[in-house]
Amino acid sequence: MKTSRLGPWLIILLGAIYFIVPLIATFEFSLRKRRGEYSFDAYRWVFADNRFIESFSYSTFVALVTILVGVVLVVPAAYAVRVRMPRLRPVVEFVTLLPLVIPPIIIVFGYLRLYNSSSWLPMTSSPRATDLLLVFAYATLALPYMYRAVDTGMRSIDARTLTEAAQSLGAGWLTIMLRVILPNVRVALLSGAFLTFAIVIGEFTMASLLDRPAFGPYMQNIGANRAYEPSALAIIAFVVTWACMGLIQLLGRGRRQSVAAA
Amino acid sequence: MSREAELAVVAPVARSGGRRSWAWLGITPFFLFTVLFLILPTLDLVVGAFQTPDGSFTLDNIARLNQPTIVSAYWISIQVSVASALLGALAGFVIAYAVVLGKLPRPLRPFVTTFSGVASQFAGIPLAFAFLATLGPTGLVTALLDQYAGINLRALGFNLLSFWGLTITYLYFQIPLMVLILMPALDGLRKEWREAAAILGATPWQYWRHVAFPVLWPSLLGATILLFANAFGAVATAYALTGSSLNIVPILLYAQIRGDVLHDPHLGYALALGMILITGLANVGYIWLRQRGERWIK
Repeated sequence: MKTSRLGPWLIILLGAIYFIVPLIATFEFSLRKRRGEYSFDAYRWVFADNRFIESFSYSTFVALVTILVGVVLVVPAAYAVRVRMPRLRPVVEFVTLLPLVIPPIIIVFGYLRLYNSSSWLPMTSSPRATDLLLVFAYATLALPYMYRAVDTGMRSIDARTLTEAAQSLGAGWLTIMLRVILPNVRVALLSGAFLTFAIVIGEFTMASLLDRPAFGPYMQNIGANRAYEPSALAIIAFVVTWACMGLIQLLGRGRRQSVAAA
Repeated sequence: MSREAELAVVAPVARSGGRRSWAWLGITPFFLFTVLFLILPTLDLVVGAFQTPDGSFTLDNIARLNQPTIVSAYWISIQVSVASALLGALAGFVIAYAVVLGKLPRPLRPFVTTFSGVASQFAGIPLAFAFLATLGPTGLVTALLDQYAGINLRALGFNLLSFWGLTITYLYFQIPLMVLILMPALDGLRKEWREAAAILGATPWQYWRHVAFPVLWPSLLGATILLFANAFGAVATAYALTGSSLNIVPILLYAQIRGDVLHDPHLGYALALGMILITGLANVGYIWLRQRGERWIK
């Protein structure tokens, strides 16, 4: 038995080396700003930089609005498909998978052609309208993850039975949506939300091509102009991503325990 | 529940008058949004690729793709995407196998899952920074190899801004993505199948060749195609690594949209059409292969 485990351990070890060494190297590099000794100067520089605070806040705000838009679009759709129109399921699933196939650069290029300032819906003519366009762009990126999370959540609560129970108690559709369905898919929604946040916060291509002051283009700019600060930013981005994923894992565990307890 | 049974349950509720209309209310915003902000913009580029600036039909834009810079950009892009998808699929499969079926300590699995989630999203600009700090000219691994092992990566011809450099960097998000997709698929392999195969005298190789692999291969292939599309459309990592110096399609298109090169939007639409066709064809291939694969599972 001992020998048969050697292979799997070796694989994990090799994988760990490939995945951990770049993190160590990045961290080490980020400490090199002061000559001759390790210091957190690069981090200090980043946190003192106004553009960092502004772009990070901007991206956080855009991420939150994106999550809101995602919830408003996906929850009623996933609910309607699961409870009322199962025949539409393949169509909806196909559409939610499209953003994994169409590259983001294509989607945003399409926006620039279709919604430019001389078009029928000039969404790039004012900064606020372009912000909204960026939110929509991110909502398409988040669509596959959001839909999958919500759909899984709906399956585990048996939305149809809940709906029938609520209806027989005289609830209207708004009540069913807000007071029955939403609270029950809350955990699934939160995982979708954290994943969306992780995707949106450092996104570069769409923000850059729509010319918005987001965190992704800021990082690119620092990368082109500074030596050690990019590594500090990479570590910060990694910690933010890790926090989002850790929270999803934690939520999932909580749900499993509550299901087991029920 | 089978499709018919599902419909039978729904039917009485659906027939009762106005109920159905609010279900449409729920799904209309979704379709309106995806048509306006996902499907129309993509189709519009496709149409643009066949138009002259004044709007009449032409194949000229497509024909003009046939110039050395563009052809070589497509070729390098395809090479990097295929290499990182295949290597990512292989390494991801091996790791998922080790975690799910390797009899390793149980706490390892949630850790690998979370880390894969993080690493598969850790793409773009920060990933480029990380690999510059690792394998770049002044990177830690470059320096350590030079100092202690006497290996000068530069002298060996290794350059982060090259085919292999880009492939190694892309693997950082490709492998974890594969692990995440394959772990549930490997869970689906029932212990009874292996036992049944063993009782019938099958060697482990025969079990994999005739039982496990035919069951797994649609998910394997599907995931590999997803990895291909993932790498083929990636802009940020390559852009932060190389600026505009590496000639791959997404970078070329990015530069074109920013107005740095070409100065010809309709050639840009043709470039975009090429990208859509390549990822689209890959997926049609996947669907076709999966249907063939499923015939054998049944």
